[in-house]
Amino acid sequence: MSAAALPRFLFAGECALVVEYGDRIDPAIHDQVLALDRAVAAAAIPGLRETVPTYRSLLIDYDPEQIAPDALIERLRNLPIDAAQAKARARRWIVPACYDPALALDLAFVAEKQGLTPEKVVALHSGAIYRLYMYGFAPGFAYLGGLPKALDISRRAEPRPTSPPNCLLIAGGQALITTVVMPTGWHIIGRTPERFFAPNREPVFLAAVGDEIGFDPVDAASFAMLEARAAAGEPVARLAAARP
Amino acid sequence: MTARLLICAAGPGTTLQDGGRHGYLRYGVSAAGPMDWNAHGRANILAGNPEQATAIEVGLGGIEIAVEDGVVSLGFAGAPFSVMLNGQALPPAGRIRLSQDDRLAIKAGAAGAWFYLSPAGGFDLPPVMGSLSTSLRSGIGGKALAAGDGLPLREAMALPELGLELPPSPSGPIRVLLGPQDDYFTPAAIERFFSTPYRLAPRSDRMGYRLDGPPLDHSKGFNIVSDGIEMGAIQVPGDGKPIVLMADRQSTGGYPKIGYVIRADIGRLAQLRAGEAVRFEASTIDAARRELFAGLGSMRDSLAQTFPLGGGLSSEFLLSLNLISGAQSMAEEG
Repeated sequence: MSAAALPRFLFAGECALVVEYGDRIDPAIHDQVLALDRAVAAAAIPGLRETVPTYRSLLIDYDPEQIAPDALIERLRNLPIDAAQAKARARRWIVPACYDPALALDLAFVAEKQGLTPEKVVALHSGAIYRLYMYGFAPGFAYLGGLPKALDISRRAEPRPTSPPNCLLIAGGQALITTVVMPTGWHIIGRTPERFFAPNREPVFLAAVGDEIGFDPVDAASFAMLEARAAAGEPVARLAAARP
Repeated sequence: MTARLLICAAGPGTTLQDGGRHGYLRYGVSAAGPMDWNAHGRANILAGNPEQATAIEVGLGGIEIAVEDGVVSLGFAGAPFSVMLNGQALPPAGRIRLSQDDRLAIKAGAAGAWFYLSPAGGFDLPPVMGSLSTSLRSGIGGKALAAGDGLPLREAMALPELGLELPPSPSGPIRVLLGPQDDYFTPAAIERFFSTPYRLAPRSDRMGYRLDGPPLDHSKGFNIVSDGIEMGAIQVPGDGKPIVLMADRQSTGGYPKIGYVIRADIGRLAQLRAGEAVRFEASTIDAARRELFAGLGSMRDSLAQTFPLGGGLSSEFLLSLNLISGAQSMAEEG
C-alpha cells in the first residue's frame, strides 16, 4: 500500500464508509485515525450518525437519505485535521490488576509456554504502558497495543465457553480488558475490579479510544475490597498525567 | 390506569426492538434493532407510531398476547404468519384493536422468519442507553420476552381496524455491494460467490446468518487487522464459508468482508429459514441507494395500501390467503 494512495475510502454497504489509513497495528496509523475521528466530530456533518475508530481505519455510519457517499468523501477530504491536538487529548489510566493464581486461570500455562516464571509474566504485563486502540467484540472490551514481545502467545487451542467478567487477557501479541461474560480463546492472566463498561454508572465507558492504560498489581484481599467498591458504582482506576 | 400488554406465550428469542441503539458502536455496543427493518417499520406505521418505534419482534416460535386494563390498537406486519384473533383468521399484516378478554395468537406460516407487533402509542418503558432494543448477546436492554411478562403501554386513541395489501414480495438474488475487503479474495472466489446458490445453515441467529455452499478462497490469508462492521457485512472466516452479520453483530471483526448485502435486501435475507436456498448478485452504490429509497418510500406509504377490516372476513379473502401462501411455498422450493 503506497503512502500516496492513503487514505482509502471504501464502501461498507450504502450506509457506511470506511476510511482506511493502513493494514497493520501501528501507533502512527492509529494517530491518523484518531485525528480524523476528532475532525469529523468537530465538523458536525449533517447526516453523519456515528463513527467507529479501529486500529487502522475509521468507519463512518451515515444516513443515506441525508448525504450521498461522494459528497461525504468530498467533505472528509477537505476537513482540517490537527493530529497534535488529537494526541494531546489522551489520558492515562492506572488500572488495578490482580494476578492471584485463583483468578489468573492461564498464568501458569502462559509462563510455561513462554519459558518465564509467573512472576516475570506479571512483571512484564504490569510494567508496560498500553494504548487503547479500539473497543470491539462486546460492550467495553478494550483492545490494547503495547504488550511486551516476550508475552506474544497464540490463542488457546480450545476456546473457553465462558470467561469471568473484567478479565485481563492476552493473545496474538495483544492485550484485552473484558467486561461482560463471554466465550474467549484468549489467555486469562488476571482480573481487574474496574468496570470498563458499567451501564448504570456515569461514565458508562471508562476510557476513550486513544487513552493510555497502565496496570497496578494488587493482592487478592485488595481486589476483593476494590471489587466491592466498583460493584457499588465507583470507578477504582485512577488518572495519571499522560505522556509525562 | 393505562393498558398493559400481557405475554401469554412466547417462543425463544422474542424481543423488543426499536430502530436500534445508536451512538455506542465505538464502545463495542451492537446497535441491535430489527432483523427486517421494512416489516418493522410497516408495523409501526400501521400503529400510527414513528417508523423506528419499539415493536415486538416475533420469531418462528410465535407469540400469544392479551391486554389488561384497557384497549390497544396494534399494527402488525412481517412474514406471512398465521394471525388469529380469538380463533378468527386475520390478514398477515394490518391493524386490529385488542380489548380485555381478546387473545391474539401469531404462529409461523409457510415461509418467513420474523414478524412485528407494534402497540399504538408505544411502550411506557425506560430506554437503556437511548433505546429499548434488546441485545440478547450482551444483555443490554433486558431479556427475551416470556410468558407472564406485562408491558406497560402509553395511552393512545383506538384506531380503525385495517388489513394491509402487501406489495408483491421481490424475488431474485440478494444484491451485494463489494468491499471493503473484496481484494482479499481471488477473482474466481468472487465469481463463485455470485454464481452458486448457498443455503442458510441451521446455526444462524440474530447475530449472524451462516451460509452453506462452496468455500471462497482468500488471496492473502483470512486475518485482517480488525475494522468496523455494520449490518449486512459478509465476512469470510478461514473455512471459506460466508457469514452475513445481522442485527446483533459484533462491532468490529478480524475476518475479511467480501461485501455487504444492500439494505433494501437485508430483510428478505433475514426472512429466510434454515435450509432455504439463496443466490447473490453484484450491485452498485447507485442501485443500492435507489432500491433503499424505493423500499423506504413503499414502507412509509403503508397506510395507503390498506383496506378496512370489520364485520368478519369474506371467504374470498381467506381463500386468497391460502393461494398466496401456496404460491410462495412453491417459489421457495423452485
